[in-house]
Amino acid sequence: MITQWFFTHVDRRGGIAIALLVAIALLVPLSNLLLPQTSPLHIPTYLVSLIGKYLTYALLAVALDLVWGFCGILSLGHGAFFALGGYAMGMYLMRQIGPRGVYADPVLPDFMVFLNWKELPWFWHGFDNFWFAALMVVLVPGALAFGFGWLAFRSRVTGVYLSIITQALTYALLLAFFRNDMGFGGNNGLTDFKDILGFNIQAGTTRSMLFAATALFLALAVFVSSFIIRSKLGKVLVGVRDAESRMRFLGYRVDRYKLFVWTISAMMAGIAGALYVPQVGIINPSEFEPANSIEAVIWVAVGGRGTIIGPIIGAVLVNFGKTYFTAAFPEIWLFALGALFIIVTLFLPKGILGLYGSWRTKLADRAARKKDSAPPPVAAENVHLPEPQAAE
Amino acid sequence: MRLNRLLSVFILMLGFCCHIAQSNAQTVDDATLRPLVQALAGDNFENTTKAISDLVKTGDPRVSKILDALSAGDLYVAKADKTVFLGKRDGSDYAATDALTGAKLDPVPRSAAEKIKVNNRLRRDIAAAIGGLTLMSDNIAERRSAAEAILKTRDPESIPLLDQAIAVEKDAGVKALMQQAKAAAVLNSDAADDVKIAAITEVSAGNSRAALGLLTPLENVQGPVGEAAKAAIDSINTKLAFWNAIQNVVYGLSLGSVLLLAAIGLAITFGVMGVINMAHGEMVMIGAYTTFVVQQIIRTSAPGLFDYSLLIALPAAFLVSGGIGVVIERGIIRFLYGRPLETLLATWGISLVLQQAIRSWFGASNVQVGNPSWMAGSFDLGLLTLTWSRLWIIVFALSVFAILQLVLKKTMLGLRMRAVTQNRRMASSMGIRTPWVDALTFGLGSGIAGIAGVALSQIDNVSPNLGQGYIIDSFMVVVFGGVGNLWGTLVGAMSLGIANKFLEPFAGAVLGKIVVLVLIILFIQKRPRGLFALKGRAIEA
Repeated sequence: MITQWFFTHVDRRGGIAIALLVAIALLVPLSNLLLPQTSPLHIPTYLVSLIGKYLTYALLAVALDLVWGFCGILSLGHGAFFALGGYAMGMYLMRQIGPRGVYADPVLPDFMVFLNWKELPWFWHGFDNFWFAALMVVLVPGALAFGFGWLAFRSRVTGVYLSIITQALTYALLLAFFRNDMGFGGNNGLTDFKDILGFNIQAGTTRSMLFAATALFLALAVFVSSFIIRSKLGKVLVGVRDAESRMRFLGYRVDRYKLFVWTISAMMAGIAGALYVPQVGIINPSEFEPANSIEAVIWVAVGGRGTIIGPIIGAVLVNFGKTYFTAAFPEIWLFALGALFIIVTLFLPKGILGLYGSWRTKLADRAARKKDSAPPPVAAENVHLPEPQAAE
Repeated sequence: MRLNRLLSVFILMLGFCCHIAQSNAQTVDDATLRPLVQALAGDNFENTTKAISDLVKTGDPRVSKILDALSAGDLYVAKADKTVFLGKRDGSDYAATDALTGAKLDPVPRSAAEKIKVNNRLRRDIAAAIGGLTLMSDNIAERRSAAEAILKTRDPESIPLLDQAIAVEKDAGVKALMQQAKAAAVLNSDAADDVKIAAITEVSAGNSRAALGLLTPLENVQGPVGEAAKAAIDSINTKLAFWNAIQNVVYGLSLGSVLLLAAIGLAITFGVMGVINMAHGEMVMIGAYTTFVVQQIIRTSAPGLFDYSLLIALPAAFLVSGGIGVVIERGIIRFLYGRPLETLLATWGISLVLQQAIRSWFGASNVQVGNPSWMAGSFDLGLLTLTWSRLWIIVFALSVFAILQLVLKKTMLGLRMRAVTQNRRMASSMGIRTPWVDALTFGLGSGIAGIAGVALSQIDNVSPNLGQGYIIDSFMVVVFGGVGNLWGTLVGAMSLGIANKFLEPFAGAVLGKIVVLVLIILFIQKRPRGLFALKGRAIEA
């Protein structure tokens, strides 16, 4: 029953991905916690946190792909939603420090004592409660995305214009969060966390649990994305992506569809940020950097936009590359990343998964040709006719 | 109060002494001076007064030192030969130095010398004489600083001196300053009300901020003086507010010019090709580095040309950035037409590569780009002090704008570019080779960015991140102004610049910028295609 319901909403690839993620969520913590350190299968805690970080990036990429890959909205500001979710979680973690801070103030976080603040600003109230903070993790990015999207989509801001103002949005937030009097720790952001839900945040068990939570949330995101895409609403979204005006003429309220998926995506990004912060141990305004948001776009592009698991592959691969290069050849990393942007847009418009797909069709073609040795079919696919457009 | 005044006189005198010590005013030989110094030891005060004025008339710089000593009671006369010397008590003797030359003399027993007596009247004369010595100095800078010093101390004692000096002063600027000083001194004295009111008028005609300082203490004085002061303060405040607004506008225009320079190339490429060039900021950066390289070459091979280095750098930067632009267009962007979002990503990749290339080549830190002499310094406009670089950048941006307008309106390339902007397919059908127009447009836009880099190298740090700082602002200008029309870019850049500068005093630089960004995001809702949107069927694809 349940499996049948499940598979009506998820395709085979999505199913495999979800199964894999659930398996990882179980096996990695088990390996970290139960196997002895000498065992070749033991995963050290730092690696658990590192992969956990990649998976939060993957979650951000899935969220971005939902709007870009399926609805054609290229957001250059998804890092803002990610960071806002992260800040909401960071505020909870800050409140959990309590009197253990350097200044030992029972209520005020250290940076407020340092700034000579006498009481908690109003927007910090409630964040001592985990569930309130968890609610804010989705509500704040969701509300911002809703307001922004409502304004933007209703007045039909599309294409590069939209991309540019999403970038302006995250840039404005970057500037705002750098200010000390905003009450979010300014330049230094929020850090020095002690525990989460009563567990020591440095402990191996907590790290493993955070990892498991990330993997499970990622699985959930894959499911939700698939659910949306395979629904009728998803078909409309793809229609909007491919021919927005036509969908509008057909009578669909394009702006509402866009707004819905945009808000959902922002909430997912917020969750990704919230899972990122306890595993990395810090959140600061640099997360709002426009460059970060654009980097997230390349994860999606590398993996394959418009596929559900492509972004996960892209995010993990690119970030693995980043970790490796920035340690081994720091001066080469930007060349590599820049080249990646160029190569993927020029030669791999469908990303790695697209490459895999065309390779499979080619194999199938060859097999078919061998079978009946008929004249080869005209390879009509993958020919990109230049199609000039003014400003779409 | 009196102590204060004494102190101020003292400071004044000290100040004058320093001035005199530094200056090379006329000197008189010792033979003429010696008898005059001897005359100071006259037998009554009247003779001494006469001797003082004789000494002052010589204008010798040493005079003030001697008068100082006299006033302080350090001048002695030997009973035996009546020589005047500078003495200092040293046990039962005076350690003596020659009053004129400062040469050390034999110690004189205290009983063998007599102090030259001075009374208060004499002291006042001496102070006046010393002040007059500088106020009447031949050196214009000395006179100016003497007047400025009085303007600071506002000592009423110096009024008669100032009167004398004003009567003979020839330099208009110094004369005005002296009159200011006199008025300030009058306000500080117990002169009659009508004199004071005249002085208030005089003061408020001068430097407004200084005048505010002079008038504020008088504001609460009862009677006509207080009222006059209040009225003067009000009018000065209005004037200051006015000039403040002017300053905001001028600063805003210069910020707007920077934005215009950075954005105008972007507007062209975006207008013609519908392509957002994320590497545009790097073209600016490359222009700035070209300036650096040009200056390095000039420094080593032809230092005399340094003042022309910017003029040489302009075409160089245009060619380098423009050339790179054409290569990028031919090599990458032309394969991505019709896919603006992918173009955006690819150009972002290009920008990363260019940044890292410059960083590997020139290092990550700032390079020093020099200012030619005609960019340095400042000039006054009303109550404003403006740097030349600020003015030049406005002039430069407007000339670039004008030249670009000419290119677009009067050349064949411009005609084709406008045609492609309005309707690419139709232009292509009419025989315009749109790919070439694209390549040249991209080259032109990048070249303009390079030129902007030359200008920005004069006002900003030249580092590999230079372009990043401008890219978002340039986008905002283009989005705000609309594409396909350079006037939109001009109006967009200038209004953003001015809005930023007007918001800064209320909200601080950062918050002001945030407010502007938010306003633009809201503005886009009303005018999704910017202020000066192209109209027509071809635009909405």
